Amino acid sequence: MTAEATPPLVGKTEGPASAGPSARRPRASATAGYPRYVAGKLGGAAVSLLAVLVTSFFLFRLIPGDPVKFMTGGRQVSAEQLAAYRREFGLDLPMWEQFTDYCGKALTGDLGTSYQFRAPVLDKITEALPNTLLLTGTSFVLYTVLGVFLGTRAAWRNGGLGDRINTGLALTLYSIPSFWLGLLLIIVFAVGIGPIPGLFPTGGMESGDEQGFAYVLDVAHHLVLPVVTLVAVEYGQTLLVTRSALLDEMGSDYLTTARAKGLRDDLVRRRHAVPNALLPTMTLIFINLGRTVAGVILVETVFSWPGLGGLFYQALSVPDLPLVQGLFFVFAAAVIVMNTLADLIYPLLDPRVGR
Amino acid sequence: MDTHDQYGARGTVLRLLAAAGAAALTLTVGLVTPLNPAPQQAEADGKKVLTVAVAQSVDSLSPFLAARLVSTSIHRLTYEYLTNYDPKDNHAIPGLATKWEPSADKLTWTYTIRDNSKWSDGKQATAEDAAWTFNTMMTDEGAATANGSFVANFEKVTAPSPTKLVIELKKPQATMAALDVPIVPKHVWEKVDDFSKFNNDKSFPVVGNGPFVLTGYKADSYVRLKPNKSFWRGAPKFDELVFKYYKDGDAAVAALQKGEVSFVSGLTPAQAAALKGQADVTVNDAPGRRFYALATNPGAQSKDGEKFGDGHESLLDRRVRQALFMAVDRQTVIDKVFQGHAEEGEGYIPPRFSTYYWQPSDGQKITYDPEKAAQLLKEAGYSKNGDGKLVGKNGKPITYRVLCHATDPQDKAVGKYLQEWWGKLGIGVELDCRDNVSDPWLAGEYDLAFDGWSVNPDPDFVLSIHTCSALPATPKDIGATDNFICDKKFDELYAQQLAEYDPAKRAEIVKRMESRLYDTGYMNVMAYPNAVEAYRTDQIASITKMPEAAGNIYGQDGYWSWWSATPAAASESSDDSSQTGVIIGIVAGVVVLAGLGVFFAMRHRATAEDRE
Repeated sequence: MTAEATPPLVGKTEGPASAGPSARRPRASATAGYPRYVAGKLGGAAVSLLAVLVTSFFLFRLIPGDPVKFMTGGRQVSAEQLAAYRREFGLDLPMWEQFTDYCGKALTGDLGTSYQFRAPVLDKITEALPNTLLLTGTSFVLYTVLGVFLGTRAAWRNGGLGDRINTGLALTLYSIPSFWLGLLLIIVFAVGIGPIPGLFPTGGMESGDEQGFAYVLDVAHHLVLPVVTLVAVEYGQTLLVTRSALLDEMGSDYLTTARAKGLRDDLVRRRHAVPNALLPTMTLIFINLGRTVAGVILVETVFSWPGLGGLFYQALSVPDLPLVQGLFFVFAAAVIVMNTLADLIYPLLDPRVGR
Repeated sequence: MDTHDQYGARGTVLRLLAAAGAAALTLTVGLVTPLNPAPQQAEADGKKVLTVAVAQSVDSLSPFLAARLVSTSIHRLTYEYLTNYDPKDNHAIPGLATKWEPSADKLTWTYTIRDNSKWSDGKQATAEDAAWTFNTMMTDEGAATANGSFVANFEKVTAPSPTKLVIELKKPQATMAALDVPIVPKHVWEKVDDFSKFNNDKSFPVVGNGPFVLTGYKADSYVRLKPNKSFWRGAPKFDELVFKYYKDGDAAVAALQKGEVSFVSGLTPAQAAALKGQADVTVNDAPGRRFYALATNPGAQSKDGEKFGDGHESLLDRRVRQALFMAVDRQTVIDKVFQGHAEEGEGYIPPRFSTYYWQPSDGQKITYDPEKAAQLLKEAGYSKNGDGKLVGKNGKPITYRVLCHATDPQDKAVGKYLQEWWGKLGIGVELDCRDNVSDPWLAGEYDLAFDGWSVNPDPDFVLSIHTCSALPATPKDIGATDNFICDKKFDELYAQQLAEYDPAKRAEIVKRMESRLYDTGYMNVMAYPNAVEAYRTDQIASITKMPEAAGNIYGQDGYWSWWSATPAAASESSDDSSQTGVIIGIVAGVVVLAGLGVFFAMRHRATAEDRE
């Protein structure tokens, strides 16, 4: 009885035990079509990536502005010199040839040379990517954990004071513009106001002359305020999705059964209700995970974080076509890969999906 | 209750406590790491650091490629140019060259290179380095990217001896003491394969002979410079100069208020007002080097005489241009748009360049006079129709397309005023605000445009962009022209001033050019925006402005500000107070988190017991 009521943790992947909606399905049927399902999803992802490659090439050619004219801005340039520049950057070739050239190089990891920085696009991206991942990745872990935790609590005590406060606060923070909250945090916790001393740096990622462990601490110190801003603004979404998914489950018979068996409320929640309600939250988590690569332009700007968001803004304002294309491709690819990963994991969480 | 559940309840408490502990630890780690970095670090190792907030990304650290202000300012600090500008009145003074003189036929210039300038790797800087720099720009297209225009009129450059540099010209050129070209060490740069791709940002310290040595760079994070102890003019007084990135202006101001940076530039009127009352901060509202103007499309054309673009035909009439000029209330632009942080515009060159500053005489001056403007339009043959709209020669109401920069709030604000002022004349105004204005501009597809340039101590460049020779060769080429002005009289004067080696006589001709430009009405210089910047007086005791009497600090012509900056004596009290604050912060943080942990634990135990 006890063993059945509290299945081992791995049992989560099959859904809850006898009381759960999927419990009566034989295990084999849940995974029989899985290889085909996986193949379908991977195929879909490959097609999406190809579509992104094509879109990123053509989309940014619709932006008004001749990149060669930008590069030569303010200088007198003869038609021959302009032609030489166009030749250098391959802009003189017919569109389809530029396209095949771009695709061919992209497949080998060569995303071209940035017009404004005169450096390989891949170098610029790999330079900024770790910074963005550190900021958005740390925030992602924190706001996901916080959102799921508080969302579960709020749903479980639906309508109570805790729920109302939690939901209200989450909605408020979710509606606050991140740059405004960031600036507020800078004024209060970086500059200091009244009795609150200035505890954190006002911006940047490092002081610049630290080495070894001191460097790690220095970066952690710079990380606090931007992470707090992102977590404050983002956790609400996870909270609300988790809460509503769990509310959907709460009237289910299997929960009543579980309670009737004498299980403690806390256990019914954690072992039975939450795993079943996780699917929409998982979707959101994976979408967010994909977005972490793109960074958050406004927060990166307010805290002068040297990440991809700022780079994308600079690239667009030129327009620095190779850099814009490269970044767009990386951003989109991250979302596609993460969505595919989510698709591949769903059947393990809920076998109905994979059939 | 079975053992599982007992364990489960205890596990939750433990997990909660662990989470609270971890959070407290994270926060504490965050708190105990370098606090209040700038002042405290400076104190800790006794280093005096001058930190300057910058917003612009470095495009390249190669002097052959860099075009942005931040990058060229860094090159001014790290490489010597042949000449420099006097901070008092901008006249040319010795740099790497101690003397320069033209030949009788005005075609050969001989520079004496100083013998006391060393590269930071210990080698002597010689005339050969300068000759190699110029020759590379003359022969390699990649090396001509940034400063190619300076050598366009060079015939030949040689270095007959280590202290003698000879430049032969194709035709006379008065700007030979204003060659803003960083001279690089030949022995380092001759190893570069492709000048169009080498960014000079991988290996540090970078060999140079300026007042500072470039010791570190991280894209969009910082640029670090150390003083060059053997600099011939004397070493800078700060131990380090750091350009630190603040992409958001308000965050930069916050950093200045805190003391994390010593200097901030490009303040908005609101930011300047907020900083004015602040202790230990001085706001410098200095005459700027820019002009802010409204330019008319005078009918785009190429050098071969082919017309292109679609500028409004009415603007070809000088009376219409002057009427538009007259219907702009420049004082309102200063008061309302710039909120007093600008001078009213008149001539083409801002007043800070006193040698070339020109003002219209009383009879010549175009003052705000809407009635006279309406009368001028009438004289030009334009009258209002029954709806009160001014109609063109084709009978259609006139609406001008005004090209504006989408990112510039000033353009948009002035645009609104234009709609009001010109609306009274019956003229419609359509603001065409774009992120990238260069395409319609180069194609001549606009009627008027918001225009502005930073003026150099030598005005040659900003004058040259209105000569006929700056027009594109054909409509397909790109000219150096600003807005297609081609006026024979202006061109004659331009040629005269360029060949005039007597400074006073040259200034006189330049002023006549400005007068001509004013009369033709192509350019309505509305304002000279101030350079509004602020610095901490508890970090910087003194700093040279340019012009010295009441000038700006950031983006000077020369290295005066950062080279001359003197550190202020350290103040202990502020550090003490912030240390106390830090300790209070840590204690408060830990107490709150511990309290939360205990609260959750107690609460959980209570509910568990209730149910049991």
